[in-house]
Amino acid sequence: MEADKTKNGQKHTATDKRETVICVSGLKKSFGTKKVLKDINLDLRKGENIVILGRSGTGKSVTIQCIVGMLKPTEGSVKVFGREVSELSDDELKEMRMKIGFLFQSGALYDSMTVRENLEFPLTRVLKLTDQAEIDKKVEDALESVGLLDAIDKLPSDLSGGMRKRAGLARTIIVNPEIMLYDEPTTGLDPITSREISDLILNIQKKLKTSSIIITHDMECARIASDRVVIMDDGKYIAEGTFDELHKSKNEIVKSYFLDIS
Amino acid sequence: MEEEVMIPAWKKWFEGVGDQVAFFFKFFKNIFVGGFEWSEFVRQCFEIGYRSLMLVGITSFIMGVVLILQLRPTLVAFGAASMLPKTLSVSFIREIGPVIIAIICAGKIASSIGAELGSMKVTEQLDAMEVSGANPTQYLVVTRIIATTIMVPILSIFGDAIGLFGGFLALNIRDSISFQLYFTKVIAALDFTDFIPALVKTIFFGFAIGFVGCYKGFTSNKGTESVGIAANSAVVTASLWIFVIDAIAVQVTSLLFYK
Repeated sequence: MEADKTKNGQKHTATDKRETVICVSGLKKSFGTKKVLKDINLDLRKGENIVILGRSGTGKSVTIQCIVGMLKPTEGSVKVFGREVSELSDDELKEMRMKIGFLFQSGALYDSMTVRENLEFPLTRVLKLTDQAEIDKKVEDALESVGLLDAIDKLPSDLSGGMRKRAGLARTIIVNPEIMLYDEPTTGLDPITSREISDLILNIQKKLKTSSIIITHDMECARIASDRVVIMDDGKYIAEGTFDELHKSKNEIVKSYFLDIS
Repeated sequence: MEEEVMIPAWKKWFEGVGDQVAFFFKFFKNIFVGGFEWSEFVRQCFEIGYRSLMLVGITSFIMGVVLILQLRPTLVAFGAASMLPKTLSVSFIREIGPVIIAIICAGKIASSIGAELGSMKVTEQLDAMEVSGANPTQYLVVTRIIATTIMVPILSIFGDAIGLFGGFLALNIRDSISFQLYFTKVIAALDFTDFIPALVKTIFFGFAIGFVGCYKGFTSNKGTESVGIAANSAVVTASLWIFVIDAIAVQVTSLLFYK
C-alpha cells in the first residue's frame, strides 16, 4: 500500500481525502514527575477504525482520556472536530462529548440501575428526550443490536462480563455518536465472546458510520476491527500501518506483537 | 529513576481545603443549573430517611431510658424527682437528641454515600457519566446533599419524640406517672428557644453529613481499598464537623437567647 508521512509523522494513504475528526500532535502528559506520554501523534479520519496496541502502562488509556477531555495535556495539541479540546468551555466540552461514545474496560454500567435504566439515562439526561414510547423504542433497538434484549430488566450484577460489555456498548451507541473510543473492549473475556465483541465493533462502524479508536492487547480484535494499527511504547509513537503491513515489519518491537500470529 | 516530589503536609492540607471550597461552589452552582433530578432526590430521601428510622428510633429510645435511669438517683437525692420530665426534655431536645442522632446518621449515611460514590469512581461509573455528557454533580451530589439536609432534621424530630417516650417508660419502672401528665410537663418545660435553634443546627448537621459523604466519595482514589478509606474518612470527618457545628451553634444560641 502506498503511504506518505504527514506533518505529524503519521502515515496515510496518498488518496485518503477523508475529513480528520481527531488530530493529536506532540501530545505529552505527566503526572508529577512521571512522564506517561512523551510524544504522541495521531490522526483519525472519518469512518476509520484505528487500533492502538501497546504494553500495559504505556499511556494508551491516558491518550484517549486526553481526547475526551478527562485529562488535560501537559504539552501538545488535541483537536476533535477541528477544535482544541483544552480550550473548550464546560458547555462546549459537554456538546463535544455528546458526539463521542466511550466504552470503558469494565463496561461501567450504573450498578443501582437496571439495563433499561442504564440505557435510558443518556437519552433523558443528555438528549433530554421525554417521549416514553420513543425512549423505549431506542432502548430496545440498541439492545437488539448487541443481542441483549432478553436482559433488559436485569441488574448489572446479574450479567456476565461479556453481557456487561455489550450492555455498556448499547448504552454508548444509543445516542448515535460520531466517534467511538473503546478502552480494552475484549479484556477479560473468553475468545468466543472477544470475537463477538470485535464483530460488534465492526458492525457499529458500518451501521452508524462511526470513526473509532480501539485500545486493545487482543491481536484478533486488532485484526478484525482495524483499518490501521498504531503501536505505542513507553509513551511514544513507534509504528503505524495496516495490520498486514505491521505483520511484515522488521522492527523488533513491532514484531514482538505478532509472534503468535501465523 | 525519577525522584518523587514530596509535598509538605501543610500544602496538602490547604489543597484539601481549596478542593472542598471548589466542590461546595460546584454543588451550589448545580442546584440552579439545568433540571432538578426529582426522582433521584425522592429515592435518596427514602434511602436516607426511611431506611434510618429503625436505627434512629432504637438508639433514641435507649438514650431516653438511660438518661432517666441515670438522672433519677441524683434528682431523688435532692428531692426533685418531679423535675425528671423537664430535665430530660430540655437536655434531650436542646443537645443530646440532635447530636446523638446526627452522629448515628454520620455513621450510617455519610459512610454509605462515601462508599457508594467511591465504588462508582473505582468502577469508572462517574467517568462514564461525565464523558457521556451527563452531569454527575447534578444527579449524584445535589440530590444526596439536599436529601440529607432535609431528612436529618426530620429524623431528629422523630428521634426526639421516641427518646421522650423511652423516658416515660423508664420513669414508670420505679415511679408512676400518667402519659398525659408526663407529656404536659415535657411540653411545658420547652420553649421555642429550645426547639428552634436545635432544629436549625440539625439542618447544618444534615448538610455536613451529605457534603462530606459526597466529597469523600467523589475524591477517592481509584483502588478498591479507596472505597473503605472514603467510607471511613466520611464518618470521621462528618462526626468532627457535627461537633464543630454544635460548638458554634451553642455559642450563637447563648448570645441570642440566653443572655
